[in-house]
Amino acid sequence: MIQIEHVYKSFSGRTVLHDVSLEISEGCTQAIIGQSGSGKSVLMKHLIGLLRPDRGRILVNQVDIGQINYSELREVRQQFGVLFQGGALFDSMSAFDNVAFPLRTFTRKTDQEIQLEVQKCLDLVQLSNIGLKNPDELSGGMRKRVALARAIALRPRYILYDEPTSGLDPETSNAINQLIKGLADRLDITSVVITHDMHSVLSIADHVAFIHNSRMHWNGSVDELQDSDDEILRSFITANEYRIGPSSSS
Amino acid sequence: MSSAFKSLREMKMYRENFQTELIRIGIDSIPIVSLAAAFSGAVTTVQTAYQLVSPLIPPKIIGAVVVPSLTMELAAVVTGFILSGRVGARIAAELGTMRVSEQIDAIEAMGLNSVGFLIVPRVLAGIVMVPVLYITACLVGTFGGILAAELTGVVTAGEFLQGAREHFDNFGPYFGLIKAFVFGFLITAVSCYIGYYTHGGADGVGRSTTRAAVMSCVLILIADLVLAVLLL
Repeated sequence: MIQIEHVYKSFSGRTVLHDVSLEISEGCTQAIIGQSGSGKSVLMKHLIGLLRPDRGRILVNQVDIGQINYSELREVRQQFGVLFQGGALFDSMSAFDNVAFPLRTFTRKTDQEIQLEVQKCLDLVQLSNIGLKNPDELSGGMRKRVALARAIALRPRYILYDEPTSGLDPETSNAINQLIKGLADRLDITSVVITHDMHSVLSIADHVAFIHNSRMHWNGSVDELQDSDDEILRSFITANEYRIGPSSSS
Repeated sequence: MSSAFKSLREMKMYRENFQTELIRIGIDSIPIVSLAAAFSGAVTTVQTAYQLVSPLIPPKIIGAVVVPSLTMELAAVVTGFILSGRVGARIAAELGTMRVSEQIDAIEAMGLNSVGFLIVPRVLAGIVMVPVLYITACLVGTFGGILAAELTGVVTAGEFLQGAREHFDNFGPYFGLIKAFVFGFLITAVSCYIGYYTHGGADGVGRSTTRAAVMSCVLILIADLVLAVLLL
C-alpha cells in the first residue's frame, strides 16, 4: 500500500502540491488526473523519492521513504516499475538491451535466461520482433511499449505510468490502455496512472484522484466519478469529452 | 548476502562503463591530440629558431627550449584545450540529453545510483587517460619539432636531441603529469556536473554543452597558473 500524507511541495516559491493526501490500495489501478501543470508528475516523482516533500510524508508498505537512507530507498525503488512520459529509453542501447538492462544489473540470470525473459516481456507488450532496433527507429507508441516492457522486467509490485497515452493517436492510446489493464490483471500489479486523458481513466482505473490548483480536490471510485456533481470536476471531464468526442467517452 | 551480490552486479556495470569511457576519452582522442601536439612542436621549433639562432647561440639550444616547453606547458595545455571541446562538450551534451529526456530519472527509479553509474566512470577515465594523452603529446610533439627542424634545416635531429638532453630538467615531465592529472579531473568533473544538472530541454542541452567547454578551458588556465606558482 502507498500512503501520501499531507504532502506540500513548492519550487522557487511556487506551490505545486498543497496538503495532498491519498491512499493507494494493493492491486488496484489508481488514476491521478488534473490539468497540465497541476502537479501530477511531481506527485509521482515523490512516490519513488525522486523528489522529497517540503512537508508531509510518503509511506510505501508502511515505510516512510523520507526517513530512510539512500541504500534503503534504492531497495524501495526496486519494487517499482516506472513508465516515464517520453519512455526514457536509453539511446545508447537497442530495445532488447533496454529491457535486459535491469535484469543484467539486478539479477543473477544467465545470458540465455535474460534473452528468454526479455522476449517474454516484449511479447507481453506485443512487440516481439523489434529487439535489435534502436529507440530512435521506433514510433512513439512502440517506445512506450518497450519502456513498459523494461518497467515490468523485474516483476515490480507497483507500476507508475506518467501520461502513458500523451502524444499518441487514439488507436495506439487504446492499445496502451488495454495493455495497462491486461498487465495489472495478469501480473497482479498495483498501478498508478498519471493522466489528463479521461478516456484512459474510464478504461483502466478503479479509483480516481483529481488534483486541482495544487490540492487534492476530489477522490473516489470511477462509478462515483461518473455520478459526481462537483462543478470543477465536471468541467474537467466535459472539456475532455469535448476534445475526444462524446461518442468515444460514452 | 543478496545485497552484496547486487553490489557486485552493479560494480560490473560500473566497470563496463569505465572501460567504455577509457576508450572514448582516451583512445578516440589520440589522433586529434597527436595532430595538435605535432604542429605545436613544429611551430615552436621554427619560431624558436627564428628568435634565438644567431652566430653567438648554438643551434642545439632549440632542442633545449622546445622539449621543456612541450613537457612543462604545451603538451598538457594543448591536450586539455582539445579535450575540453571534444570530451567536455560531449559529456555535457550526453548527460544533459539524458537529464531532459528523463533517462537519469529512469536510472534512479530502477534503484541504481546515477552518480555512481554515470559520473564516477567518466571522471575516473579522465584522470587516467589525460596523463596518457599528455605523454603521447610530449612524444609526438618532440617528433614534430625534430621533423620541422630537419625539414627547414635550422638544426639537425642530433643537435636537437643533444640540446634537449643537456638541459633536461627531471621535474619537467612530473610537473606536466601533475597538470594532466588535474586537467583530466577538472574537464570531466565540471562537464559531468553541468550536464547532470541541465534543465530546459534542447536549448538547455545546448547551453550546457557550451558552458562545459568554456568552463573547462577557463579552469585549465587558472589551474595552470596556480600549479606553476605552487610547484615551481
